[in-house]
Amino acid sequence: MTALLSAANIGKLYGLRPVLRGVSLDVARGEFVAILGANGAGKTTLLRILATLTRPNGGTLTIGGVDALAHPDRARAFIGLVSHQSLIYPDLTARENLEFYGRMYGAVNRRLEMRDSSAQSPISNLSSRVEEALRRVNLWQRRDDLARTFSRGMIQRLTIARAILHDPPLLLLDEPFTGLDQASAANLSALLRETVLRERAVVMTTHELSRSLDGVTRALILKDGQITHELQHDITAEALNALMREA
Amino acid sequence: MHAAVRQIAAIVRKDILLELRTRESITAMVVFAVMAIVMFNFALRLRVDTFRPLTPGVLWVTLVFAGTLGLSRSMSSEQINQCMDGLLLAPCDRSVIFAGKAITNVIFTLAVALVVTPIMAILFDETLLQPGVWLVVVLGVVGYAGTGTLIATMAASTRAREVFLPILLFPLALPLLVAAVIATSGFLDRLPLDEFAAWIGVELAFIVIFWTAGTLLFEYLVEG
Repeated sequence: MTALLSAANIGKLYGLRPVLRGVSLDVARGEFVAILGANGAGKTTLLRILATLTRPNGGTLTIGGVDALAHPDRARAFIGLVSHQSLIYPDLTARENLEFYGRMYGAVNRRLEMRDSSAQSPISNLSSRVEEALRRVNLWQRRDDLARTFSRGMIQRLTIARAILHDPPLLLLDEPFTGLDQASAANLSALLRETVLRERAVVMTTHELSRSLDGVTRALILKDGQITHELQHDITAEALNALMREA
Repeated sequence: MHAAVRQIAAIVRKDILLELRTRESITAMVVFAVMAIVMFNFALRLRVDTFRPLTPGVLWVTLVFAGTLGLSRSMSSEQINQCMDGLLLAPCDRSVIFAGKAITNVIFTLAVALVVTPIMAILFDETLLQPGVWLVVVLGVVGYAGTGTLIATMAASTRAREVFLPILLFPLALPLLVAAVIATSGFLDRLPLDEFAAWIGVELAFIVIFWTAGTLLFEYLVEG
């Protein structure tokens, strides 16, 4: 199967300190990969490199068949990112936030604005995409409220809506369950399972083993900037805890 | 419309919407500029009989200081919730983001100039409201916003960004300030255009150099 994401021998130095040391990772469509590791293991740095926000010091990165280090602007159309920070403007409403990001993606990613150009104008198509994304995270009722009035969990849901707005084939998530209540966490798990079923791929970093393993097809342990273990079957919190202790 | 133009328009539209909602940048810039003019008015009244020779200098120092407030705010709004990462994730060339932020800064600083210049015309020199001066103001503001957006991006990644911005920006923008002051004086003193046209050329050169540098260097300034 052709990899949607292919990272080979990725290395990253912060000053003289190596944060990632020769990380290689292939992710195919339909895969849900969890990357686990203690604080400081390099999970967030790896995810930022995969999202083309940080350049590695060495290695190669291909996303959707595009050399993401040579043409990151083209590769970004394939990526949706949920990071530690929400990337949400607090003084815009939920709808205005998504419309802004939709315009930033839609101008290049024609899927967003031109998918049904015979039936709808670009703007009405963007509006329907925004509505669809807000409904999927149960925020449509609060669409015209300023994001600054949202709770932590609602912000996280809006962040997820922003990441899936342009229907990216690759979803990158950095500790996405942080701050979510039980219902929202279940909603997110369902959304991620659905994403994988639609032949998209998900790469997620986490340390909350009990809440976030639902639907995971492969788990990797990252320690000191290296992938030390990989688990493809019987992915349970107990098995991963044992591997992390071993690592 | 070309994709990059639409993305630039999206950034400008978003920044204007944020400003209309919060009124943080332009309000602060206008209040600062008006206070500076009033203070100049009283301070200088004690020493000189006529303000006319001082008008260009007062105008430009006021616009530069007020503009710096807006530049600082322009980048700090992208630091909240790390929204800059949201811009950087968009499938576009980094120069699109620079252009969007710089155009926003031009619009905000010109809005301040639209308020400040008539006030200065009342207090300092009624001949200030003439097309030639407006040309110099527009060119000067475009040049300053381009330079300032580049430096504000650089300063945004430092801890003491409010301190670094003026320290880095003012020496760099000094030639532009000198050119703008001399060109403004030329129009106010009704000198023949060829006596100060070279200074308008300096303004244009600033625009070309720093907007080009911004589009080329922005990627490296925001790179993690």
